[in-house]
Amino acid sequence: MSARAWRVAKVVAEIAVPAGILIAWQLWTASAHQARFPRLSTILVQFRKMWLFSQFNEHVVPSLERIGAGFGIAVVVGIALGVPLGLSPRARRAAMPHIEYWRAMPPPALLPISIILVHSIANRQKIAFIAFFCIFPVLLNTIDGIRGIDPTLVETARSYGVPWHERIRRIVLPAAFPQIVAGMRNSLALAVIMMVLSEYFSSTSGVGYVLLISKNTFQLVPMWAAIVLIGVLGYVLNLLFLLVERRVLAWHRGWRAALPD
Amino acid sequence: MLEITHLGKTYGSGDRETRAVGDVNLTVTEGELVCVVGPSGCGKTTLLKCVGGLLRPTTGEVTLHGRRVSGPPEEMALVFQDYSRSLMPWTSVRNNVLLPLRHKKLPRADRSRLVEEAVDAVGLTRFIDHYPWQLSGGMQQRVAIARALAYQPSILLMDEPFASVDAQTRGDLEDLVLSVRGQYGVTILFVTHDIDESVYLADRIAVLTHAPTEVKELIAVDLPSPRDQIATKELAEFARLRAHVYRLIKRERPAPGDLEAEEALAAAHPES
Amino acid sequence: MTSTVLRRAASVADALLPVLSVAAALGLWEVISRTGVIAARDLPAMSTCVRALWHLVETGAFWHELLLTVRGWALGLGVATVLAVPIGIVLGSSDLAGRAFRVPIEFLRPIPSAALIPLLFLTLGTNLKSEVFLTAFGAFWPLLVQTMYGVRDVDPVALDTARSFRLGPFERLYRVTLPSTIPYIATGMRISSTVSLILAFTAELFMGIPGLGQAVNIAQAFGLTDQLYALALATGFLGVAIHLVSTAAERRALRWHPSQRQVAS
Repeated sequence: MSARAWRVAKVVAEIAVPAGILIAWQLWTASAHQARFPRLSTILVQFRKMWLFSQFNEHVVPSLERIGAGFGIAVVVGIALGVPLGLSPRARRAAMPHIEYWRAMPPPALLPISIILVHSIANRQKIAFIAFFCIFPVLLNTIDGIRGIDPTLVETARSYGVPWHERIRRIVLPAAFPQIVAGMRNSLALAVIMMVLSEYFSSTSGVGYVLLISKNTFQLVPMWAAIVLIGVLGYVLNLLFLLVERRVLAWHRGWRAALPD
Repeated sequence: MLEITHLGKTYGSGDRETRAVGDVNLTVTEGELVCVVGPSGCGKTTLLKCVGGLLRPTTGEVTLHGRRVSGPPEEMALVFQDYSRSLMPWTSVRNNVLLPLRHKKLPRADRSRLVEEAVDAVGLTRFIDHYPWQLSGGMQQRVAIARALAYQPSILLMDEPFASVDAQTRGDLEDLVLSVRGQYGVTILFVTHDIDESVYLADRIAVLTHAPTEVKELIAVDLPSPRDQIATKELAEFARLRAHVYRLIKRERPAPGDLEAEEALAAAHPES
Repeated sequence: MTSTVLRRAASVADALLPVLSVAAALGLWEVISRTGVIAARDLPAMSTCVRALWHLVETGAFWHELLLTVRGWALGLGVATVLAVPIGIVLGSSDLAGRAFRVPIEFLRPIPSAALIPLLFLTLGTNLKSEVFLTAFGAFWPLLVQTMYGVRDVDPVALDTARSFRLGPFERLYRVTLPSTIPYIATGMRISSTVSLILAFTAELFMGIPGLGQAVNIAQAFGLTDQLYALALATGFLGVAIHLVSTAAERRALRWHPSQRQVAS
């Protein structure tokens, strides 16, 4: 096939395959007549009814708040701890056993404990739970980013007598920033998962709660609508993050492109 | 103004000990341009880092304006060979040149003026708001030089700054060094392994031995000023000085197993 | 002379630092709980929890539960690998296929697998099948993406060389593409290992499938706080073990690969 025909075929495929999947889903569920797999069209109608916008304030907003607060705290703590650990090998040695243990801990194992320690299942328990585990991607990436900084850059600043706090602010943090941002992206994806888990386990509001309740009351179409919402939420948050990242790290792409291979 | 006395630097301990710098003695007077030449691997960079206060010497000391150097001194600026790695890729040329001035107690207007003058002195005014990586290698090195100049040091240390730059650009940059030295009146300690360059630029040349480094010989360069890439290099005196330095370095037999040094020598002067 | 002694002492202190740090943390835990800064009912003393952990380790039931979780983890990871690697190779090799499926992958990938729990509850039921499905679903995506990256990252010069030596497409796949992709697959497996463990535990916790997750659920239901902490500690250690193994395997696979690898996740 000619080059032009290939290009057209690719564009067609890029549209046709996703569309095809959706159509196939609709056709299969329509013909299967299974309560547990309602028609796609039914799910979409329910989706619009629930989330746009009647139950939005009641459930979506709390979920987003928890994600936002948990993620925000995780980023601040992750960077604040990551900077001294990245700069000091000795501090790293001391902190390593703790970091390696907690980052490997499967989060759901601490769900019951988080409730016991925080004495509630209100927002603060979920935010604490989300924040705790979301610290690690940011923390680890901050440490790696700082360790990977070109020593020439730092030495140059030292040789000009730039004081240590200025060095951190103007050289260390910007240089590690691309890596930190990658960690933040992972952390955000993790925050969505942690939100669902903690709400599904014990909550009185939120998308995860809706998921649980609709399952318990055998309301299958709302359950599916909740599943779709969670998927959309994950996708949209990731997309927004990428857009911001693209703008903020434009210099990084240009610089890497200019590097000799 | 700069006194290096019995400077020595040893790395490691026990049987993994390396004496990079042995016993270096050198005095640099105000306004001089002293070139330091030596075979590759002879500890030139270590020497310069000790002089610049980035490394603590094992023996001896460095004094600048009578005061002992124990950390990077206020009146000294360094220009490295790896210019692209010493510039911040996330911000403009202007902000790169501004970095050393930020912690100096100067009003903002003065800082901007110093930055713009320095960038102008190296001929990059048109690119002052570009990112460094948008510029060629030679231009990036000019940015590094502008940064050093804006800092207004009394002494400038340059560590093989033009080694990574192509030959024609190197000539332009050498002339740039001479012109800013005249314009700013700054003292310069210039490390290089390019013999032609050392003779072209210097008022005096310090020829080093291989590691552990010492000053083998100090040569006064009596060539007329202003130097010119073509006219100066046609002079008989230039050729004589060049040959003399070359012989001194060639006679420096590299330490056994120091293939790198031999190869570097061979690469630098293939006609030999 | 004294400087060598000092240096030797400093390096011994450095080596002990991790141990001292852990000891200090454990000590702090004991103090906090014993002095009631956090009520002992909420945070049992470190010594109590360690004793509870020791009891657990001595009982056969605990090891049985642990093995069940490991089984769920392994099966899920295995299924994911068997599916993700071949599909990843196909999608990575063919520009057309890769682009065709880009949007579906981008959409399905960020879905938190936890959202599928109710669905599995109602369809496959609360058994090993559900656990494996959930685990495999979660572990599939990182492996798929990494495999695709690996295939796309194969050095075109190496492929051209193979073609110039008249190697057919399958031989090229086997001798050039696959070896070059292995480090990426190893990275994908490290990521998927972690995901797989989390999901196996999650399935057990939320659906009452036998394993460590269910043990935690039962401990919580009966208010056995000591047990709860002990199980959490044990699960943490299991996580560390799996992490160490998968990281070691990744490092081995990466030994020969040039350091310019690109990690997606």
